[in-house]
Amino acid sequence: MTEPRDEIVADEHGAGVAPTDEAARMTPFRLLASNPLTVVSALVLAVVVLLAIAAPWVAPYGINAVDVANALQPPSASHWFGTDDLGRDVFSRVIVAARVSLQVAVVSVTFALLVGVLIGVVSGYVGGLLDVVLMRVVDVMFAFPVLLLALAIVAILQPGMATTMLAIGIVYTPIFARVARASTLSVRHEPYVQVSRTMGTPTTTILRTHVLPNISGPLIVQTSLSLAFAILSEAALSFLGLGIQPPAPSWGGMLFSAQGFLGQAWWMSVFPGVAIFVTVLAFNLLGDGLRDVLDPKQRTLIESRSRR
Amino acid sequence: MRVAPRQLVVFLGRRLLYSAVVLLGVLVLVFALVQVVPGDPIRLALGTRYTEEAYQALLAASGLDRPLVEQFFSYLGHALTGDLGVSFRSGEPVTALLLQRLPATLSLAVVGLVIALVISIPAGIWSALHEGRLSDAIIRVTSQFGVSVPDFWMGMLLILLFSTTWVLLPSSGYVALSDDGAQWARRVLLPGLTVGLVAGAIMTRYIRSAVLEVASMSYVRTARSKGLSSGIVVRRHILRNALVPVLTIAGIQFATILGGVIVVEVVFAWPGLGRLVYESVAARDYSMIQGSVLLIAAMFLLVNLIVDVLYAVVDPRIRLS
Repeated sequence: MTEPRDEIVADEHGAGVAPTDEAARMTPFRLLASNPLTVVSALVLAVVVLLAIAAPWVAPYGINAVDVANALQPPSASHWFGTDDLGRDVFSRVIVAARVSLQVAVVSVTFALLVGVLIGVVSGYVGGLLDVVLMRVVDVMFAFPVLLLALAIVAILQPGMATTMLAIGIVYTPIFARVARASTLSVRHEPYVQVSRTMGTPTTTILRTHVLPNISGPLIVQTSLSLAFAILSEAALSFLGLGIQPPAPSWGGMLFSAQGFLGQAWWMSVFPGVAIFVTVLAFNLLGDGLRDVLDPKQRTLIESRSRR
Repeated sequence: MRVAPRQLVVFLGRRLLYSAVVLLGVLVLVFALVQVVPGDPIRLALGTRYTEEAYQALLAASGLDRPLVEQFFSYLGHALTGDLGVSFRSGEPVTALLLQRLPATLSLAVVGLVIALVISIPAGIWSALHEGRLSDAIIRVTSQFGVSVPDFWMGMLLILLFSTTWVLLPSSGYVALSDDGAQWARRVLLPGLTVGLVAGAIMTRYIRSAVLEVASMSYVRTARSKGLSSGIVVRRHILRNALVPVLTIAGIQFATILGGVIVVEVVFAWPGLGRLVYESVAARDYSMIQGSVLLIAAMFLLVNLIVDVLYAVVDPRIRLS
């Protein structure tokens, strides 16, 4: 990937400083801030998160304030995003659903991150038979499309918020395991790790002080991208009625009920979809920007899958 | 083509063995699915249709009353010979039901892949060859849009546009290609476009990076430095070598579409495998879930295997590593 280097070079010319080595020492934060797409996506995400947190206070109407007399009203001053088939305010529901969606995404990706990193680091550091077995298990999980695996897990448990979190968490665990393992393998043979080992430092200390900090770059990138995928997965599950259960609002669930009113009420299908799209796009662009700075060599998830 | 037969055979053997191991793992996981259901899967599947008679009949048919080890080997043996048991709901053979759904999903996958290739090959190559320019930036951001759109929402918007507002195309339903080619095409167009646009966006990104990777190779620099025109370098050295990773990406996407367009199939009332999975999960028809999950995973492994083998035949570096 040549993108990151280009950006560095461009920066050097602006600053009039010489070779790449010098520029490589620019702080990651300044590099990030020099990419307008990254800055914009971070700002958008900040707004989404703030709205989600403040949703109960910001929402002008109750999420389940049914007002049948005002059903299917187009967007207006009193209902910015219009009303749905039961007269509920679409704007209020969209921002409260943001809260639900982000909550599911954050919890499930945290789960995937913790479990995946544990598996990946142990597998990469210990090596041998354990590594072979763990990685074959990961391969098996990669043989299932993400949504299919999530659906199978929902089929075992009862649909609901906890199940949705668990299903999405399990589904994205192998990716983190793979990323963590690959990074651990490259760190394991570094002199400072070897020396530390020779000195008799306990394995857990080596993992905590040497390995983990040095593999955090790719993991941060993967976290941002996984949050995007997790939001998409949650929306898909909720759309199918197997994720967040009504009457709790969810973007996917709102899109499902909008299906019956495509011709009469475009706002019911457009606004929740835009909310998903904007949030996912922001996480993706942020992930891309982070990758250029933190982890130029790492490819996206599907790229690594295709190179198996 | 110079193919060293011994290395190729060794590579094929190892690759087959690997696929077999993963397939076995898939089988274990799929078998375990019914076992880990909290409560009685048969009672859950029967739901309101529960009678003692129906319960006993289904229990016997599913073999869930036998010892675990015996169940597993029986499932393994039957699955490998194509017998996936009977549906908990309808009592019909799972394999037959799956085969019924396959043509619709295949239609969708083929049309989607063609649309994706038509979009992504020119866009990806153009983007890579104009790296850093405005057109590259536009293509990159647009493809990022495509990656971020929920596919089912895209489908709804296409229905809103082409079926509701302009009334040009039907919004749902499937007609078999063998029954009526024109109707098939009219109906496959919108779901195919939905799948194709998303897959096209994803593939554009890979094709771009594949072409960029080849373009940074030393033989490309050599070709340029010996004075070949840039058209010849691009055609003979860059594109020809980038073709292999592009084929890989296309194969992976095809496999992904085959098993991964559950929600799009639901939106378009498309009677394919994806919708079958959804219906079975909603109905808690566990044998049906097992069968469809197994079939989709097996297809995914098979496509991966074919792609890897083709790759090795074409590119000797792979089988030597």
